[in-house]
Amino acid sequence: MPRLLPLLLLLLTIGSSLANADTATIATAANFKPTLQRLAAVFEQQTPHQLTLVGASTGTLFNQIRQGAPFDLLLAADSERPARLEQLGFAIAGSRFTYAEGRLALIGYPAGRDLNPASLRAELTTGRGKLAIANPNTAPYGLAARQALEALALWPLAQGRLVRANNIAQAFQYVDSGNASLGLVAYAQVIHSPRAHWLLPARQYQPIRQQAILLQFGHRNQAAIDFMHFLTSPPAKDIIRHHGYAVAD
Amino acid sequence: MSLQLDVDLQRDDFQLQLTGTLPSDGVTAIYGPSGAGKTTLLRWIAGLEKSAAGELRFRDEVWQDHQRFIPTHQRQIAYVFQDARLFPHLNVEGNLAYAYQRRFNQQGPSPTQVGDWLGITALLAHFPGQLSSGQQQRVAIARALLSSPKILLMDEPLGSLDKPAGQKILHHLQALRQHINIPVLYVSHDIEELSRIAQHLLILEQGRMIEQGALMDLCSRLELSLSHEENAASVISASILNHDTHYGLSELAIDSSHRLFLAASPGEINDNIRLRIPARDVSIALSASTDSSILNILPCTIDSIEQTGESRILVRLKLEQQFLLARLTKKSADKLQLAVGQRVYAQIKTAALLNEGSPHE
Amino acid sequence: MRSLIEMNSMLSAADLAAIVVTLKLATITTIILLLVGLPIAWWLANTRVRAKPLVEAIVALPLVLPPTVLGFYLLLAFAPDSPVGQLWQYLGGEQLAFSFSALVIGSVIYSLPFAVQPLQASFEQLPKSLLEAAATMGANGRDQFFSIILPLSRRGIIGAASLGFAHTVGEFGVILMIGGNIPGETQVLSIALYDRVETLQYSSAHWMAGGLIVFSLLLLGFIYRFNKTASLYPAGRVRS
Repeated sequence: MPRLLPLLLLLLTIGSSLANADTATIATAANFKPTLQRLAAVFEQQTPHQLTLVGASTGTLFNQIRQGAPFDLLLAADSERPARLEQLGFAIAGSRFTYAEGRLALIGYPAGRDLNPASLRAELTTGRGKLAIANPNTAPYGLAARQALEALALWPLAQGRLVRANNIAQAFQYVDSGNASLGLVAYAQVIHSPRAHWLLPARQYQPIRQQAILLQFGHRNQAAIDFMHFLTSPPAKDIIRHHGYAVAD
Repeated sequence: MSLQLDVDLQRDDFQLQLTGTLPSDGVTAIYGPSGAGKTTLLRWIAGLEKSAAGELRFRDEVWQDHQRFIPTHQRQIAYVFQDARLFPHLNVEGNLAYAYQRRFNQQGPSPTQVGDWLGITALLAHFPGQLSSGQQQRVAIARALLSSPKILLMDEPLGSLDKPAGQKILHHLQALRQHINIPVLYVSHDIEELSRIAQHLLILEQGRMIEQGALMDLCSRLELSLSHEENAASVISASILNHDTHYGLSELAIDSSHRLFLAASPGEINDNIRLRIPARDVSIALSASTDSSILNILPCTIDSIEQTGESRILVRLKLEQQFLLARLTKKSADKLQLAVGQRVYAQIKTAALLNEGSPHE
Repeated sequence: MRSLIEMNSMLSAADLAAIVVTLKLATITTIILLLVGLPIAWWLANTRVRAKPLVEAIVALPLVLPPTVLGFYLLLAFAPDSPVGQLWQYLGGEQLAFSFSALVIGSVIYSLPFAVQPLQASFEQLPKSLLEAAATMGANGRDQFFSIILPLSRRGIIGAASLGFAHTVGEFGVILMIGGNIPGETQVLSIALYDRVETLQYSSAHWMAGGLIVFSLLLLGFIYRFNKTASLYPAGRVRS
């Protein structure tokens, strides 16, 4: 019996710390996952909570949540699907907020080429290469790319040259591999790379509002609730901005 | 007018090496125990053994030498395999048509004729899987004939058949000679089967040619393994003298001084026929007994004697030109004190007719 | 007929274009698969080369590789400055990626094992002795191929063609990577279907998915029924 005593004490210690420590599963749009990993690391240092991160496209996550996936919090790449989940009762009403705004950047192949509105127009008029964008029907960055091209009056010109990637990561691959000569991608993808890029002015497209919402599954999960609050704190906003997103103060 | 062979084929544990010239008419049998290389030799002649070195000439055509190799499909041969090898996706008619459409010359027989000869007309709509082995082999022979080949190669065509089916085909093969006259190379290890259809014989053992020559000569040569077979026999040619309708017998003349009676044989007077006289059915007497039931007792001279086992000896008996074989126990031979050159009487218990009368022989 | 009209109203012009692209892709891919697969399968079934297992493994690789990974490497290969891309342009082709030709190449590689394996199996079962028999009757190699090999391998060929066709119709990952989702050119049924699901157009998605399922069931049912019951040649009585 005496030999079991240390083990018993250990279990009691863990049990007491578990009383205020929680584990949350955060579903995140794939494009935000690198940023979220950084945020989670800081969050886990400051609190006793543990986070599990699941990355996929917002559409996939949406369907999984509707089918009862055990996610506590959703960080979507758009605002439409969190709103739908709220309406449908899969998420906690009133918990929805914009945690980041995506920004659109033009990249090219080869990586060092000069990029600006003129080079985009020149490529579309006299060049022969493809312009990669995310699918406007399914990806928020794709929709924004379309709006930007319309604002630049290049949308009709681009029609024969557009290739629509399944998501923004694939659009990046198309350019990076040299199959497309230009691409409209997320600024977050290129902000820390040596690759040349042109950051499109925010006025040329509707804000890409990436919204978070607390899901029904996590409505009593203290870790998820604490993390939502953490996302609006100044240190978290700095991290998000540092990764290429815009955040309201 | 011949088939000239010079082959050297090396396998892991086997070598086929022979040089020779075979007649390119009539039926030439390739005879030997299993594993002797008979099939390999036939396949080489057909061009199916491509790794063999050597030279092969058929009449005035070169089929293989050190620089040329005429592929099988250009040799204008036909091949009857032991396992028939009918095309399973075609019915009998289709199988015959396959060969007929690709025939090598226009003078050959038609499918209707060949179907008649081999008795397969009723089977035309059947598929190979619906035929017995004997039927399949008859179709295979018919198919080979429809190619109108320059030479017909047959590899143990009766090898996979039961006795009655084999006999039936043998009968067909003998009858075929009335219709077509193409050279045949016929592989078998059954000397009785060969002696019924072949005139010429090549004896193969362990990949080497032991001897070749006229079948009738080789059959009675004591130094050859042929005469040591359990069913060893001499083959004799004779002509029909007359038919005795009262006793139902035919009288045959072997030569000017030897007559033989045989159960009524088909054939006309003066027709040449061949007889097969098994060595075990010939016994020897020192005098012409008149009190024996044996009908055929021929005077002859002992040509040679060979001991073939613990208790047996084999005696070669000379008629005028031809030879008989007699197998005796050693005890009987010692009792009669048989010696080469001695005049004796051969008592023949049975003789079998090998072919129906044919003016060709 | 009514259901067809209903279905028509459920499907947009873009959906119909996707169906046309899909059927065109599957048909062309199947033809090329047979042309490429027949010699490969014949070689594999007959060679004694020691590298045979290696070649078999390479042909089978698409079974193992995730389609998106295969698509990714194809994308790298198709880049205009890659050797493949250079060769293609040298041969007079436009840019390879995002073109219908790219889909055909990708589909052929992706479905190759589905065509080669049934062909190889049926070639291996083909008795070579029958080819010898045909040769003795004067049939050269080409003649043997058409008169003996093809008819006796009918089952394998139909299996290879049907599986290759069905597999191409259901292909998604590779096309997602190399297609660029261009309507009327590279947008196939599976991609259009995926778009519908992603954009929450479930009713249209159900129609397309339902159609795909019915079509595939019919096709696969045909293959299995053919393989099971269609006897190649009657083999009625037992041979004696």
